[in-house]
Amino acid sequence: MDWAYFLQQLINGLTLGAIYGLIAIGYTMVYGIIGMINFAHGEIYMLGAFHSLITFLICQAAGISGILPLTLLLMLVVSMVMTSVYGWGVERIAYRPLRGSFRLAALISAIGMSIFLQNFVQIAQGARVKPMQPLIKGGITLMESPNFNVQLSYMQIVIIVLTFVLMVVFSTLIAKTSLGRAQRACEQDRTMAGLLGINVDRTISTTFVMGAALASVAGMMVTLYYGVIDFYIGFLAGVKAFTAAVLGGIGSLPGAMLGGLLIGLIESFWSGYLTIEYKDVATFGILVLVLIFRPWGLLGKPEVEKV
Amino acid sequence: MSSLLTSSRVTPVDIAKELAFFAVLAVMMSIMILGVETVDRPTGLELALRWDLVLLAVCATVVGRLGLIVRREHLSRLLQAALIVISALMVFEMFVRFRDLDDRWVSPVTFDMATQSVGRAIFFICLIAIVFAIAYFSSAKGRPTGDEDESNKISARLQVAYRTNTKKVGMLGIAFFIIFPFIFGENRSAIDLATLVMIYIMLGWGLNIVVGLAGLLDLGYVAFYAVGAYSYALLSQHFGLSFWLCLPMAGLFSASFGIILGFPVLRLRGDYLAIVTLGFGEIIRVILINWYDLTGGPDGIASIERPSFFGLADFSRRVPEGVTRFSDLFGIEYSSMHRLIFLYYLILILALVTNFVTMRLRKLPIGRAWEALREDEIACRSLGINPTNTKLSAFAIGAMFAGFAGAFFATRQGFISPESFTFLESAVILAIVVMGGMGSQIGVVLAAIVMIGFPEMFRELAEYRMLIFGAGMVAIMLWRPRGLLSFRDPTILLNMSKKEKVAGEKS
Repeated sequence: MDWAYFLQQLINGLTLGAIYGLIAIGYTMVYGIIGMINFAHGEIYMLGAFHSLITFLICQAAGISGILPLTLLLMLVVSMVMTSVYGWGVERIAYRPLRGSFRLAALISAIGMSIFLQNFVQIAQGARVKPMQPLIKGGITLMESPNFNVQLSYMQIVIIVLTFVLMVVFSTLIAKTSLGRAQRACEQDRTMAGLLGINVDRTISTTFVMGAALASVAGMMVTLYYGVIDFYIGFLAGVKAFTAAVLGGIGSLPGAMLGGLLIGLIESFWSGYLTIEYKDVATFGILVLVLIFRPWGLLGKPEVEKV
Repeated sequence: MSSLLTSSRVTPVDIAKELAFFAVLAVMMSIMILGVETVDRPTGLELALRWDLVLLAVCATVVGRLGLIVRREHLSRLLQAALIVISALMVFEMFVRFRDLDDRWVSPVTFDMATQSVGRAIFFICLIAIVFAIAYFSSAKGRPTGDEDESNKISARLQVAYRTNTKKVGMLGIAFFIIFPFIFGENRSAIDLATLVMIYIMLGWGLNIVVGLAGLLDLGYVAFYAVGAYSYALLSQHFGLSFWLCLPMAGLFSASFGIILGFPVLRLRGDYLAIVTLGFGEIIRVILINWYDLTGGPDGIASIERPSFFGLADFSRRVPEGVTRFSDLFGIEYSSMHRLIFLYYLILILALVTNFVTMRLRKLPIGRAWEALREDEIACRSLGINPTNTKLSAFAIGAMFAGFAGAFFATRQGFISPESFTFLESAVILAIVVMGGMGSQIGVVLAAIVMIGFPEMFRELAEYRMLIFGAGMVAIMLWRPRGLLSFRDPTILLNMSKKEKVAGEKS
């Protein structure tokens, strides 16, 4: 067995998984708090990618793209802020009025929102694939073997480190702050939390904003990592991230990250060793298997049905 | 003056704050995506600014929000008048007030037309206004939740009228669809559109069994449609079987697929089931794209055989030796419309069969078991209903009708490719069922006409079509969360006089 090749797939898989994990957190938080699949979340991620690309182009036009850290920071901040507004708006317009109503209604509304946002970006920015030049170049050669060098690019390091940092920050936010406590309370019982003086609406809005911010980071990283984006990237990434959330146990933050990493690894190894065409089939196959044998996911808690 | 202004709960300052807030939001949402266009150049991407669109978005948002405030709050007359004047001014600003170099009044819309992107602005304005007018429903003070039958008096009255006359409405509808070709006999596009709508009606009725009756959320229904279409195309190409032989086989194949796919996953609850079925839909599409030897991959399968007139005659102008031409069979003049009209009636009959079977099934024990399962699975289990088998039967029967529709689709188009079986199709079919009001057969017809008929009629709008489609889906759901014709009575009740009580409650 070629260990160098294996190591390279592992690195690629972890990078991809980190991106899926960040999107999956948005799904898992929203599902945990209001129990719906936020179908438009993939589109939020796509909007994040577009915002970071446009911010970069503005930096370039302003002549500050030479200062790399500043440009990256601006891209990160601007896309997080702007995309959060979209996350907030989507909840406010399409989901809040339907909260407490019939469940499928919210799902259809979410699908409608997803179609709307996709086409909105397609019309506003064109259907063509948008190229992005690599900003973070180079890397470390980890291992040299006769026919294959294992590369760990700086971009991959940035992605993994940034994801890790964000995970720590958000976990602390959920575990330690009053906002996190409010969120966990709403997750357990919204009515009771409301009675005890928690502003439920605001807590849910914050959840959407946080999810959107993380998704926009994922979008920015994809823009930088792959160098191409289009208006359609949200759908598949969204479905896979949801798969990751379910795999890890929906409602669980570490679960979402773990699920994302696993999906990334499965995809990367499948395309590295088997067929690249059927990598999506592998992802969904795993999902089906997990749901059949462990419907509550890897880190989730089994739900007891009450009469 | 000030007392007049502040006679209501809200002060102008509050209103100004609210408007400013939404204006800032509109700026944030539009400044990047609308305000900056990325243009492909040989040297890479370049930027083009479109600040006028941002301005329009902000104006539209503010006007939308103003209208909403006027409707929401109990304002004094004076304040109301003031707000209406402000919104009128802003509309004026948007459409009329731009002054060009020759000192003429030009609206940004016409201004936009001059710079080649025709009418683009109009749609942005309309859409943003629609989206923000929708926010009316979302105002926390306005209405508690989405179910608001009383406020929709017209639709409520329509609903009552519909409920008392379901049979008549149904018969009228069928009669209309039967005489449709006689009215539009020579209009090719009308017949085509009607056929397309009818396909979706049939798919909607099929999915209604799964979603509306059995309460199983299926996001991959299009997979069975694809199986039907590909089984007919392949059987006809490789074995030369005729459409009439393949039609039942396509249904059979799809149903067996439904059983195979359904068996492992039907134990799952609502949303999990949705995501697994979505996964299956995608898996089938990926396989269709990549299994080049069998399915032709992304190229699809072309020149699929057209149906004959029940094996008796053919619709082509030139027919091979020994085959009767349709027009000769009846001794009428040849017309290329005959085939289209025949196809229309074919799908009409298929759809009506779907409807008839569903209506009958609802009265059988199995149909009642579906409805009971939808309402309360635990109760069903305790009463000795096997949930897996019951769900599986709904899944398989729903899949079978999708298979029939798929075979019809293949023979009508003469060409199929994985492009026709994307997730969007599943979403559209599900939207038809949910918007129609789950379980309502006539609701499906209405929703199919709204969802398929209208967008097809507005094909000139091209790229804006799907945008409006998405916004429309959201809007209809906000307006009527339970669908256009929404009620969910069990088909049979123990005590029929309780019907009125049961109707409309419980989800």
